[in-house]
Amino acid sequence: MDVKPRVIQIIAEQAVLETSDVTLESTLDDLGIDSLGLVESIFAIEEAFDISIPFNANEPEASDFDISSVATIVVGIEKLISEQS
Amino acid sequence: MKRVVITGAGSINALGFTVDETLEAMREGRCGIGELEFRDVERLAIRIGGQVKGYEPEESFNRQQLSLYDRFTQFTLIAAREAIGQSGLTFTGELAARSGVVLGNSGGGMTTLDDNYRTVYEDGKNRVHPFVVPKLMNNAAAGHVSMEFNLKGPSFTVSTACASSNHAMAQAFQLVHGGASPVMITGGSESMLCFGGVKAWEGLRVMSKDACRPFSANRNGMVQGEGAGVFVFEELEHAKKRGAEILAEVAGFAMSSDASDIVMPSKQGEARAMQGALEDAKLNPEDVGYINAHGTGTAANDKTESAAVADVFGAHADRLLISSTKSMHGHLIGATGAVEFLACIMAVRDGIVAPTIGYEEPDPECALDVVPNVAREADVKVALSNAFAFGGLNAVLALRQFS
Repeated sequence: MDVKPRVIQIIAEQAVLETSDVTLESTLDDLGIDSLGLVESIFAIEEAFDISIPFNANEPEASDFDISSVATIVVGIEKLISEQS
Repeated sequence: MKRVVITGAGSINALGFTVDETLEAMREGRCGIGELEFRDVERLAIRIGGQVKGYEPEESFNRQQLSLYDRFTQFTLIAAREAIGQSGLTFTGELAARSGVVLGNSGGGMTTLDDNYRTVYEDGKNRVHPFVVPKLMNNAAAGHVSMEFNLKGPSFTVSTACASSNHAMAQAFQLVHGGASPVMITGGSESMLCFGGVKAWEGLRVMSKDACRPFSANRNGMVQGEGAGVFVFEELEHAKKRGAEILAEVAGFAMSSDASDIVMPSKQGEARAMQGALEDAKLNPEDVGYINAHGTGTAANDKTESAAVADVFGAHADRLLISSTKSMHGHLIGATGAVEFLACIMAVRDGIVAPTIGYEEPDPECALDVVPNVAREADVKVALSNAFAFGGLNAVLALRQFS
């Protein structure tokens, strides 16, 4: 499965935007996704790619899963897919 | 209005099977959090909790009782027996008719639900035990306490997630304060340390995998606990007349709602609850020597609570002591305020303030005296107990030294 379009689709759905409004450079903040929205997005990504993302809302910077933009999220997912498959 | 005093206390939790054992652990800064032990725990990412271990239900209950009592009801009855035993009260006649029980609880019979969902969904069976409903209902514990002790007055269960016990004790206080009841049994109970209970919390991504470190800069989330705390709230003259031992006086309380977010705390909502409790108890901020914090060990709670305390207490915030005993017994959700109330009693009665253990690094956003790691002696005249629930529902109680 191609990661990028699927992630953009998940994030767009969470942000209630068109997929065309979500770019690789977008941050979750830009898209209006709050802490609950983030946790829900991570859940949706885990379900979509059958991976487990080590994310703790209390220390988002502690895991190497970088949520600072859509691009870093895509990179993180690709890494986890290769590690966990 | 009537003055309200506490004439009995009981508890079972990860720190001990009695109040004395619990307070001893709190004085010693002992941690009751450890590896969880129950079916399917290996399927969880979060495997620690403040679990009641070494507990043998058969020592406290017979077969018929056990078929009707979920674990949260068992905990409640054990704590109620200790509390009412200490008070020396027996409920008959007019006293029984006017006395009741108000308890806090969030998840109800979660282990009963978990077991029976397994039966029908996982095992594919089409028959469940006939007592599933009377076991799992949130008010089962209050009902059984009323039956065991012949309490025939106002009795109900309050469910406000992590503030359930404080809201319940506030209701019991009002019933005695306003003269409706001479005695109320109150507190709370919780038992959601089972696969489904922890799995649900895991989903929120706010749980710690290693420890509960409230106010410490390296805190990484909450840790669940289980157990019960039960108290006897009694009208002062009623207690004096029978020569009862008085543990402390419940001086007042306040409740507030953030009306803001389902999970994120609000400094203003918390501050209004603390301020309101001071006003209700006719106290000045300077009277408060100790606050038992909500202190969950999450990033959001601890900094918000610290800021709210600073707002309410001003310069006095730097002088008062504030600690989170959740670092030792975990977060007992609907029972947490009740077990934490024991730390408030210890502060005003014994002059010993329970520590915040697991404290490793100061956090500039939680710059208060959190009694790090070691209990402290202090002459505390008034203690506050904070509880701030998901839903934005807050309840704060004020406890005063009785002399």
